[in-house]
Amino acid sequence: MWNRDRWVEIFETLSKNKLRASLSGFTIAMGIFIFVTLYGFGNGLKNAFNQFFLDDATNTLWVYGGQTSKPYKGFKSRRNIEFDNEDLDQLATDFAYFIEGVTPRITRAGEVSYKTESNSYSVRAVGPVHQDIEKSLVYSGRYINQSDVKDYTKNAVIGRLVAKDLFKYEDPLGKHVIINDVAFKVVGIFSDEGGDNEERMVYIPYTTQQRLLGGSEEIDQIILTFRPEIGYAGALQLESNIMKFLKRKHSIDPEDPAGIFIRNVASDLKQNQDFASILQYIVTFVGLGTLIAGVIGISNIMVYVVRERTKELGIRKAIGATPKSIIGMILHESIFITTIAGYTGLFVGVGTLALIGDNLEDFFIVDPQIHIGTAIFATILLIVFGAVAGYVPAKRAARIKPIIALRDE
Amino acid sequence: MIQLNNIHKSYNLKTNPLHVLKGINLSIEEGEMVAIMGASGSGKSTLLNILGMLDEADSGTYTLDDTPIVQLSETKAAQYRNKFLGFVFQSFNLISYKTALENVSLPLYYQKIPRKERLIKAKENLDKVGLGERIDHVPSELSGGEKQRVAIARALASEPKVLLADEPTGALDTKTSYDLMALIQEINEQGKTMVVITHEHDIANMCKRIVHLRDGVIVEDKKIKQVKAKDHVE
Repeated sequence: MWNRDRWVEIFETLSKNKLRASLSGFTIAMGIFIFVTLYGFGNGLKNAFNQFFLDDATNTLWVYGGQTSKPYKGFKSRRNIEFDNEDLDQLATDFAYFIEGVTPRITRAGEVSYKTESNSYSVRAVGPVHQDIEKSLVYSGRYINQSDVKDYTKNAVIGRLVAKDLFKYEDPLGKHVIINDVAFKVVGIFSDEGGDNEERMVYIPYTTQQRLLGGSEEIDQIILTFRPEIGYAGALQLESNIMKFLKRKHSIDPEDPAGIFIRNVASDLKQNQDFASILQYIVTFVGLGTLIAGVIGISNIMVYVVRERTKELGIRKAIGATPKSIIGMILHESIFITTIAGYTGLFVGVGTLALIGDNLEDFFIVDPQIHIGTAIFATILLIVFGAVAGYVPAKRAARIKPIIALRDE
Repeated sequence: MIQLNNIHKSYNLKTNPLHVLKGINLSIEEGEMVAIMGASGSGKSTLLNILGMLDEADSGTYTLDDTPIVQLSETKAAQYRNKFLGFVFQSFNLISYKTALENVSLPLYYQKIPRKERLIKAKENLDKVGLGERIDHVPSELSGGEKQRVAIARALASEPKVLLADEPTGALDTKTSYDLMALIQEINEQGKTMVVITHEHDIANMCKRIVHLRDGVIVEDKKIKQVKAKDHVE
């Protein structure tokens, strides 16, 4: 392998058979290039998909109250179910082992103004955990915290676009905004990858809102995050346990399909992930197909190359080449070409993907990339198959009698 | 140098086996220059192939330079060919993409001789055949006679015991043929054993001994007075 003479011999052969060498090299490089770009595009598609569906936290349960559809324990049907702070506390203690955090959400429209600027926004009254659920990114100040909730503070966290609308170029932090005639101090500004609507929100402590709404302890909905370790099955189990718990507490018929609704993001997530993995299968299938086409291409070229060289190999045998040296020469040459060409195709492909970057975002291809391990594996696979494909005809050529080869004009 | 004892060779054709060599006994001493003559189908090419270890006899013994040539593996045959024999073919059989120098150095490559030494030796041999000035030309840039000289230089490069020439002048005009024979005679004068297959009488007469083959047997084996090719070249 490291015999210098062998290398010199190969370079001489290759440089004097440029057409042959570049033809087989081109096939390999093309194969790898197509594989890398297709696979990268597939991954880009997957990235776009993830960006669409997986922006919020995925380990969450959303609990809503509804209207019962069955009479139970002396209650009539069509009774409205509403949650309050007690439900919140009990969920947090009873399911402490499975739950990471619980937050209520009370959403009301709010007329928000600062100096002369005024606009209407959604005002969400929440607890600190809500930040994780929406993945709100607080880039200035802080989020609603536990002492806000405890002390009924009039603090507010506003979205990036709220700040832009009302404050223009002023720094909102520490200033006061009027929300539905009550002054709140801005303690934080956040951004959100979920889009413009998410950044036109105002968050305030839920206890403050409850007090402003007349001292009730009512909650529109409860959102809780569970520990990701419990997995998909655990999430489903948790969902059904919470359902049972709340139905018992609010005296709802366990068979009643209405009354309480729970949206489990875990099962949404499961569907999305299933779809994503089907995308992945398609990408892998296309990639494998390309690779197989590449392998067939190399095999054909190797058969042709050996056929074309039959006479030369006969001459070499007549003047003393052993079968081993013939096979070695052909293999060495083919591995050399496939390696150079393969890695050229690899780098050109990876370079192309890098150049494309996010330019094709409109076509749902985001950040197309190929895992470098996958790409190298594919290249090595092609090299190995190139060698195998060269070995069979090389062996046959090495066995052919020189006289027969020499007669071959 | 060469001893053949009762060599038989058949080819199995579809209908019936073709008995090509029917008991050949031949002994060639070192330094001889033997012409093997015969019409086509007489078995002379088969005999050459057996001598050249390109083919194997069905029965009989073959000894080359006191080495029995029997049941050779492909690898062994290749090594013996490289060590004992130099070939010159009618159709030259040079590698088309290699220069004269590279063609001549190829047998030395298979002897695993270092590159520098190889090129020096190849150059020497090309000088010997009078092509010292054309070492960088590829075969397509050489005339027929020059190609055959390159082939001879290549055959000599590995310093073989015996030079086997199969119709070496078959593709050349008369004048070029005589030039080439003069070269071959000169090499023979320096002590190299030669076996020349030919069907041309004038070429055969330039050897020192003629073996006539007909239908797979030797019908005549005589020493002759050698005609010097040089005398026919003006």
